Amino acid sequence: MIQLNNRRETYDEGMTVSSLIKKKRYTHPMLIVRVNGQFIEEEMYAETPINDGDDVKIIHPIAGG
Amino acid sequence: MTQHISPERIQEIKAARQVLKTYKYSPAAVDKGYTNKTLYINISDNTIAEKEITEEIKDKFIGGKGFGLWYLWNAVNKDTKWNDPENEIVISPGPIGGITQYPGAGKSLVVSLSPTTDSVVDSNVGGHFGPLLKFSGWDVLELQGKSEEEIIIYINGNEGAISIEKAPLEELNSHILAEELTALYADDEEDKRNISVVSSGAAAEHAMIGLLNFSFYDKRRGGQRLKQAGRGGIGTVFRHKKVKAIVIKYKGVRGDSNHPADLKKIQELGVKLHKEIHDYDDIQTRKRQVGTANLVEIMNDYDLLPVNNFKYGYNPETWRISSDILKTYVTQNVPDGCWYGCSLACAKACDNFELKTGPYKGHKVLVDGAEYETVAGVGSCCGIFDMDYVFECNFYCDTYGLDTISWGTTVAFLMECYENDIINKDITGGLELVFGNRDAAMELLHQVAKGEGFGKYAGLGVKKLKKRFVAEYGADKDFLEAIGMECKGMEYSQYMSKESLAQQGGYALTNKGPQHDEAWVIFTDMVNNLIPTFEDKAEALHYFPMFRTWFGLQGLCKLPWNDIEPADNKQTDEPAKVPEHVQNYVELYNSVTGKNIDKEELIRQSERVYNFQRVFALKLGFGTREFDKPPYRSLGPATKEEYFSRQDRYDQQLKEKMGIDPEGKSVEEKIALHRQYREQQFEELTDAVYKRRGWTKSGVPTIEHLQALGMDYPEVIELVKPYQ
Repeated sequence: MIQLNNRRETYDEGMTVSSLIKKKRYTHPMLIVRVNGQFIEEEMYAETPINDGDDVKIIHPIAGG
Repeated sequence: MTQHISPERIQEIKAARQVLKTYKYSPAAVDKGYTNKTLYINISDNTIAEKEITEEIKDKFIGGKGFGLWYLWNAVNKDTKWNDPENEIVISPGPIGGITQYPGAGKSLVVSLSPTTDSVVDSNVGGHFGPLLKFSGWDVLELQGKSEEEIIIYINGNEGAISIEKAPLEELNSHILAEELTALYADDEEDKRNISVVSSGAAAEHAMIGLLNFSFYDKRRGGQRLKQAGRGGIGTVFRHKKVKAIVIKYKGVRGDSNHPADLKKIQELGVKLHKEIHDYDDIQTRKRQVGTANLVEIMNDYDLLPVNNFKYGYNPETWRISSDILKTYVTQNVPDGCWYGCSLACAKACDNFELKTGPYKGHKVLVDGAEYETVAGVGSCCGIFDMDYVFECNFYCDTYGLDTISWGTTVAFLMECYENDIINKDITGGLELVFGNRDAAMELLHQVAKGEGFGKYAGLGVKKLKKRFVAEYGADKDFLEAIGMECKGMEYSQYMSKESLAQQGGYALTNKGPQHDEAWVIFTDMVNNLIPTFEDKAEALHYFPMFRTWFGLQGLCKLPWNDIEPADNKQTDEPAKVPEHVQNYVELYNSVTGKNIDKEELIRQSERVYNFQRVFALKLGFGTREFDKPPYRSLGPATKEEYFSRQDRYDQQLKEKMGIDPEGKSVEEKIALHRQYREQQFEELTDAVYKRRGWTKSGVPTIEHLQALGMDYPEVIELVKPYQ
C-alpha cells in the first residue's frame, strides 16, 4: 500500500507518478506532486518511481469553479 | 449573420416612442474609482434624482454588491416582496471596475429581491454596462417602482441626459432588442461600441428564473454579445416592472478613465499577469481557447459532472459535449474578452449558428457561449449529450431571458419526476420528458417563452414546482425534497457535492443560495484531503466565501485569480489561495483608491458586507439555520439507482466510516444508514462553520461580531438580538 493524499491506496508493481495519475484519472492540468515530501517536476513524472509504502501527495491547487 | 435592423424599422420604433421624463445632469468626474454619485430612478412616478455616496458608505460597503445591498436594505421592509413596486434592481460596478490594465475588471453586480428565493439576491455579469455607467457619472443605478406601460430608460453619459420613454414596438427578446437599440442610439457603426443594453426576454414574463442580459458590441462579429446576470430571477423582476431595456451610451473610455491613484502600479500588475496568461494559459486551463468549458471533461473524470439531475457524476457520452467539441463551434479563432484589456479572454462565441427550432428557426445567429455551467446544466444534467442542442438551448435561454443554470436543473428535476410517474403526458401536454429527450426539452423552453401549455409552470423553478406537485398531484413530499436540487429556492449550479462535505456546505451555507461563486472547495476536500477536520473545513468555508465576496464588491471577475497561476505557485504554502494573486488584488485596490489595505483587511471588507447580507435575509424572514438545509441528494445517494451506480464506494464507506458491515443489508437499509450519517456530518459542519463565521448556532451573526466589524447599525442589532 501507499499513502495518497493521506488515504490508503493500492500499490502496483512498477508504479510511477505518471501511472498513478493515470490510474486515478487525475486529468486536471495543474497538479502539484510530492513523493515523500520531495517536489516532482512535471517532466519527471514518467521517470519517478513510486515504491511500496511511499507517501504521495497529488494536490490540485484549485479552489474555484 | 447577426440581426441587421433596417433604417425603416428604426424609424418605426422611434415614431412610436413617447418621452415620459427627461433629466439633465452634470456627469461627476471619476476619482480613484468612484464618482460618489448614485442615480435613482423610480418608474412608478418617473422620478429621477441623484444621491451622494458618503465616505462612511464607501468604507463599509465598498461598492458593487455592497452598494446594492445597502440601497435595497433602505428601500424595502420586512414585508416587501419581489413583485412590489418598492423592490429595486440595483446595478453597480465597484471601484476597480472599469480599469483596462488588469484582466477581468468589467463586471457589474446586480442586487434585488428574488422571485425564486423571496430573499435578497446578487448576481454578477460581464458586458460593458457597469463601467460605462461609472464613466457616465454614476457608481450606482438604483431602479425602483413599476411602470404601467412598456418603457426604456436611456442614459447618455456624454451629454448628461437621461430619459424615460414609452417603448411599445421594440422586440422583447434580447438578441434582437439589443441590436435594435444599439442601431437606434449609435451615430454610426463605430459608435456602436459605446453602447450597452440591459434587457431580458419573453420567457422572463412566464418564469421565476428570468435573467438580465448585458450587451456589448462585437465589432469583429458585427453583432451584439450578451453576458448574463443569471442567478435569482432578476430578469423576472425587470419584466414585472415593465422595463424593456436600460440603455447607456458613453464615448471616451480610456486607460485612465477610472482615475486611479497610481496608474503606473496598475500597469505593472497588469503586465505581470498578461505575461502569465501568455506563458501558461495554454498549459493550464485554456481559457483563451475554450473558455470555462474545459471543466466539462475534467468534472466527468472526477465523477463531479451532474448527470440526470445530479444522480451521477460521470457519463461515457460526455465527450460529445466536451471542450474539444465546443472548440469546433467557436468561430473567429481568437481570444475573446467581455471588457477591454482582459487577456484571459474566456468569452467564446459562435457566429452563424443556424437554429433548428422555435420562432427564429432557420435564422443564423450569434450564440454567446457556451460556458461550463450551461453545457452541464442543459446538457449532462438533463442527460442530453448533444452540442448542437446545447448551443440552441443556450441561445434561446439567453434571448428569452432564462438562466441556463436554473433552467437546466429545473428541467432535470422535471425529467426525474416524469420518470417516476409524478407527472405524465396529461400534465406535460404530451411532452415525454425523459432524460435525454432534447426535443421535448426544447419544446418546453419555447412553451415557457409563449406562456403556453406546461411552459406556464416549468419556469417556476424547483422549489415552487415541488409544492405544486405535492399539492396538485399528491407527490411524495419527502422524495421531492430529496431530489429537488434547490436550496433557499435557488437551483444548484453544476457540481456534484456528494463526496465533499465541505462543498455541501459551500453550496448550502451561503447567503443567496447554491451558487458556487461563494466557495468551491471540492478538490481541496475530496481529492486533496487537505481539510479533513470540521474545523479545517470551516476555515475554508470562512476564507473562500469572504475572499470571493470581495470580487463582487470591486467589479472583478474571479477567473484571473486562479484559472491562471504563476509558475511558482506550486511551491507556495497555500497554492489554492494563489498568494501572489491575492497580493496583486491588495495592490490593485490600493492603487485605484489610494488607500492602504492588507490581505487581512481585504477579508474584513468582505466580512462586513457578507454579514450584512445575512442579516438582510433575516430581515426578510430568512437567514437562519433551517434555510441552510440542503436537499439530501447533494449530500448522498437518494435513490437505489444512485446507490447501485457506486455500490462499491458506498459499501466501503459503510465499513470504513460508519463501522457497519453492509453484508446482508438491503439497499434501502444502506441508503438510510448513509443518510443518517451524512446528515449528521452536515449538522456538525454547520456548527463549525457558524462558529468560525462568528454566528450563533441558529446561523445569526452575534452582536459582538457585528460590533467588531463595525456593522452594528441599530436596525441590524435589533434584528439579531432575539437570536443571541
